[in-house]
Amino acid sequence: MTGLLTRRNVVIVALLLFLVLLPVYSAVFDKPFLITLFSRIIILAMAAASLNLIMGYGGMVSFGHAVYIGIGGYAVGILAQESFPSGFLQWPVAIAVSALFALVIGVLCLRTRGVYFIMITLAFAQLLYYVAVGLDRYGGDDGLTIYQRSEFVSPLDLSNKTQFYYICLVLLFAIIGLTWRLINSRFGMVIQGSHSNDLRMRAIGFPTFRYKLTCFVIAGAICGLAGALLANHTEFVSPAMMHWTRSGDLIVMVVLGGMGSLFGPLVGAVALLVLEEALSGITEYWQIILGPLLLLVVLFARGGIIGLLSRGRA
Amino acid sequence: MLLFLEQCLNGLQFGLLLFLLAAGLTLIFGIMDLVNLAHGSFYMIGAYFAATFTLLTGDFVLSAALAFAATLLVGMAVEVIAIRRLYGRNHLDHVLGTFGLILFFNELVRLIWGPAGMNVPLPAWLNTHFQVLPGVDYPTYRIAIIVVTLLVALLMYVLVMRTRIGMLIRAGASNREMVSALGVNINLLYTLLFGLGAALAGLAGLMQAPILTVQIGMGENILILAFVVIIIGGIGSIRGAFISAILVGLIDTVGRGFLPDVLALLLDPRSASAISPAMSSMLIYLLMALVLVVRPEGLFPASSR
Repeated sequence: MTGLLTRRNVVIVALLLFLVLLPVYSAVFDKPFLITLFSRIIILAMAAASLNLIMGYGGMVSFGHAVYIGIGGYAVGILAQESFPSGFLQWPVAIAVSALFALVIGVLCLRTRGVYFIMITLAFAQLLYYVAVGLDRYGGDDGLTIYQRSEFVSPLDLSNKTQFYYICLVLLFAIIGLTWRLINSRFGMVIQGSHSNDLRMRAIGFPTFRYKLTCFVIAGAICGLAGALLANHTEFVSPAMMHWTRSGDLIVMVVLGGMGSLFGPLVGAVALLVLEEALSGITEYWQIILGPLLLLVVLFARGGIIGLLSRGRA
Repeated sequence: MLLFLEQCLNGLQFGLLLFLLAAGLTLIFGIMDLVNLAHGSFYMIGAYFAATFTLLTGDFVLSAALAFAATLLVGMAVEVIAIRRLYGRNHLDHVLGTFGLILFFNELVRLIWGPAGMNVPLPAWLNTHFQVLPGVDYPTYRIAIIVVTLLVALLMYVLVMRTRIGMLIRAGASNREMVSALGVNINLLYTLLFGLGAALAGLAGLMQAPILTVQIGMGENILILAFVVIIIGGIGSIRGAFISAILVGLIDTVGRGFLPDVLALLLDPRSASAISPAMSSMLIYLLMALVLVVRPEGLFPASSR
């Protein structure tokens, strides 16, 4: 029994503890920007976790996943603009609309596989990007400022940064828990089975298309929630939220952390965004370092950070 | 009617430019099984090289030739340093690795050329109009683009289908090990092929340079259009890329030209002018969705793969 005390588990528990205690640290040492930074990281980790569900477990490499961040964000932004500030309305709408779009995009895209799937999801994301650019009434290219965060019943106040941080954190944990339940269920087994051999799964009698489509829609819905949170976080939505490079960032987070592992997306999101923050502190041209670094990760660190931690265990 | 003809010519010219990008992408994918997102970066680099050489020499045609050669060299260097290590990996690795290259090239260009865009002046003899039909004037430079791209397409066909190098490339596509066992330096061949693909993208970029502003990120939007082209045409098929590039070019350009008028007939003018730019950007994606529903493998799926 190597037990629970593996290097990987220690790192993950340490990270989770760090995330739970961060607001205390930031209050004691008076560094409020940390809460803002980590709220963002946690929200993007949710989006990455939803991408991991389809990409890591289901083998569906979606290069347009940021589009659901945009849809969720715009749902909140548009409802706020039309003076429906209630979060009880905004958030379910964000989730439902994202799920609906994921259904339509999924039905079309899942007819294809491999590199076609990558490019087609990218092209659909681009299509919706142009829709957002064309939303003249809601700012078009310039985006839309949200003057009021989503309203909930009285003790919950999203304008309070610490509260908002903990809401995000709890939702992230819930999503990771949901992913865990999903992938260990019969449904998850079918998804993973169709990832390794779709033909065989169909031969056994599973209608894998329906399973994959359901998985795709769940991922879209979760990502839509992340979008609703991000809109509340930045108090601003714009087409840039669903630019294709954002989708690329999400893929980077998943792969960097460790694809097909439960905590990989969270680790990847923390690693990427902290790295961005650190590098941009060193030089204005930080992407010149980040780009080759990504290439190195692809070439030498298969399985990402989680993979590195699990490997070489004596 | 004259306007329509002019728009069609514009569409043809844009489509042929798209073909230059799509041909490189689909060739590299069809033969090396590599998804190259950084293809748009070569488009950008070609345009920047052309801008710089024009500033230095003052001769656009000479600069274009120099920029073409320089992009070829950059492409080959990138293949040797980075891309070579990605062969045989899965497509996700390609996407990520070349996404990293995009970030790198965008930042490198910002570092070298600065964040401001550049403009490339046309020489006087190209900056004229040409009478296509009696009463129809069309810019000489755009005619030149159409002629050059058609020539390049023809040359490529001859190179791949009618020469010894082309034969080796096709042989390498079907069985890499066997070709290399027969004593052919397949690595060099792949480097050359990748360089050629990059140079074609560079050519598209440098020819667009006098028409558009040369700026960072210019390669990315057109890259996605090139993806759409090869999805519609069928990945790996040059013939499919050619036909669908022209189709996409025509639909995009003519749509942009006439959709506002069509919408104005159906809607009130204010909302028509508000939604038509977004609608025309969406047209080709709708076309792609349609093709996908009818033929998921594209219009002309490559037979070899």
